[in-house]
Amino acid sequence: MKRTTIDFWVGLFALMGAAALLFLALKVSNQGALPASSTYTLTANFENIGGLKVRAPVKSAGVVVGRVTAIELDTERYMARVTMALDEQYRFSRDSSAEILTSGLLGEQYVGIASGADDKTLGSGDSFKITSSAIVLEQIISRFLFSKAAGDDNTTMEK
Amino acid sequence: MPDLLVDFEHVSFAYDDKAILQDISLQIRRGQLVAIMGGSGSGKTTLLRLIGGQLLPDAGAVRVAGSNTRELSEAALYQLRTRMGMLFQFGALFTDLSVYDNVAFPLRERTDLPESVIRDLVLMKLQAVGLRGAATLMPHELSGGMARRVALARAIALDPQLMLYDEPFTGLDPISLATIGTLIRELNDALGTASVIVTHDVAESLALVDYIYFLADGRIIAAGTPDEVRASPHPFVAQFINGRPDGPVPFHKPAAPYLRELGLEP
Amino acid sequence: MGNRFVRLCQSIGAPLTARIIKLGFACRFLLGILRHSPAAFARPQLLAREIWFAGVLSILIITVSGLFVGMVLALQGYDTLQRFGASSSLGILVALSLVRELGPVVGALLFASRAGSAITAEIGLMKATEQLSAMEMMAVNPMARVIAPKFWGGVISMPLLAAMFSATGIFGGYLIGVPLLGLDEGSFWSQMQGAVDFRLDVMNGVIKSVFFGCAIALIAAFEGYDAPPTAEGISTATTRTVVTSALVVLALDFVLTAFMFRGV
Repeated sequence: MKRTTIDFWVGLFALMGAAALLFLALKVSNQGALPASSTYTLTANFENIGGLKVRAPVKSAGVVVGRVTAIELDTERYMARVTMALDEQYRFSRDSSAEILTSGLLGEQYVGIASGADDKTLGSGDSFKITSSAIVLEQIISRFLFSKAAGDDNTTMEK
Repeated sequence: MPDLLVDFEHVSFAYDDKAILQDISLQIRRGQLVAIMGGSGSGKTTLLRLIGGQLLPDAGAVRVAGSNTRELSEAALYQLRTRMGMLFQFGALFTDLSVYDNVAFPLRERTDLPESVIRDLVLMKLQAVGLRGAATLMPHELSGGMARRVALARAIALDPQLMLYDEPFTGLDPISLATIGTLIRELNDALGTASVIVTHDVAESLALVDYIYFLADGRIIAAGTPDEVRASPHPFVAQFINGRPDGPVPFHKPAAPYLRELGLEP
Repeated sequence: MGNRFVRLCQSIGAPLTARIIKLGFACRFLLGILRHSPAAFARPQLLAREIWFAGVLSILIITVSGLFVGMVLALQGYDTLQRFGASSSLGILVALSLVRELGPVVGALLFASRAGSAITAEIGLMKATEQLSAMEMMAVNPMARVIAPKFWGGVISMPLLAAMFSATGIFGGYLIGVPLLGLDEGSFWSQMQGAVDFRLDVMNGVIKSVFFGCAIALIAAFEGYDAPPTAEGISTATTRTVVTSALVVLALDFVLTAFMFRGV
């Protein structure tokens, strides 16, 4: 095998490998978390975060504006503190609210931000004043069942 | 340049616990063509590897061109090997390189010569073994004798001071055998090298060499010039030279008495 | 009783000691390769030949297998997903399984049997025909001239081949999903892109395949170097390369996966 032939094939091999990686990078995957330089941090306290995970998206009006970077338990108030990194170009008023929503009935959970009307905006490190927790399906179901059961009991008692 | 090229001083060597060589002392000088003879498994090839520094002695000292192989660093050992050439039993040509590239290999790897000079040197070496016409062939296209001649050209590419031959006559037809034998003698005299031939080919080497060491069970049991060896009264040497099946090296491997094993005797 | 215990210990101990000795030799061998690697990288031609040998010659088997694995994944996945009305997630299923697991692992298994066995056979044959020894006697270190380039040729080829496997696999999944099963092309790609993270999924897959490449190349070169210089020795060594590589790749995959995707 001549050297130029080998070089040709090895070059082609490298090109194919690079093309495959590029395909995986551009067509198959997203670049994930926004670059650290152009983000600012906000926190929100929730009574219950349900199944929210680190790296879950933060959306406002359905548009992804950031990612959840950390979730921890505040042991003073026993609430979950969710830290998120938001894109620098999106600013939210100080009376915005954060809630934990589910995409679809059984889809992944994300943080939704509904903007308020205040002129002043939240800066880095600030936290949302108004939050609403995740809807936990089991609680809803059990509440429904309990009320139903209580109603049934009442009717039997009456009889 | 020291005249004494190989100097073994009470050398012993063992693989694991199996002793291969015991208390070997021998000297090989410049211009000498020395044969090491002995039966299969007598430690002949090990002795060559000790000279090449591929193995190190367990006891005693191996000095090659004045330096003790045990005391050399890896780099110094490789430097020493540029002054040695070795012909392997079946040539050991690189199967993926042509004859030309095989001979050019040590020159390309160990020298900074320009390609035009390398070309001249390769053709010279191939001419010396009579195979300049085979330069473009691949090793699998060569006969056994030709492969060994190419390997010889490759071994002398760096103009060594010490040539080592591992069984150079094995498996050759009489013509090739005579060719290799003549080449070894001529190269030795023309280049002024010392040569060590490990062989069990009696007739060919007695006609060729200056001095012979006999090796049996890892020890040197006899040594001398071809004439001394022919006249040797030593029973092993006599058996070896004349090729008798039975003697100090028995025909039968030690076993229980024959008749008893057949059940004819209690 | 005591005697029998001693014999039991010996029967367990002797092969174990032999294995440990072999492992120690392999570690020394790896250090030798690393020590001579600068010399190998100083000569790109040698490296190019080995990348050709290990990588280029494996392209066909890798891409064809990738294509079929992707197509099968799509067929099987569609069958399961549509029961839950989630057939539009087919792209996610195909891409994630290929990029995270199947690309690196199946790619490595194929690589071990195609290139690993060839490396073992070539080194083993060079040893059996005394070519390595001859090289040593020509004052050329076979570690730097033969073994280290072969090792790095394998290490470099593996991640590229794994990426090709994943890429052709995803393409195979697309072929089945969109033209054949009639999924929407836009949602196939966009859902996939939304769910696959470059750093977390693609890069972790690449990192895995680098580890697998190192393991396979080391096992292959070592088995060849350690093989008894006989025809039987080389054939056993070749088999051992494939078997050991497969086991090591799967074990390593478990360890790496546990590290990478823990708690995410």
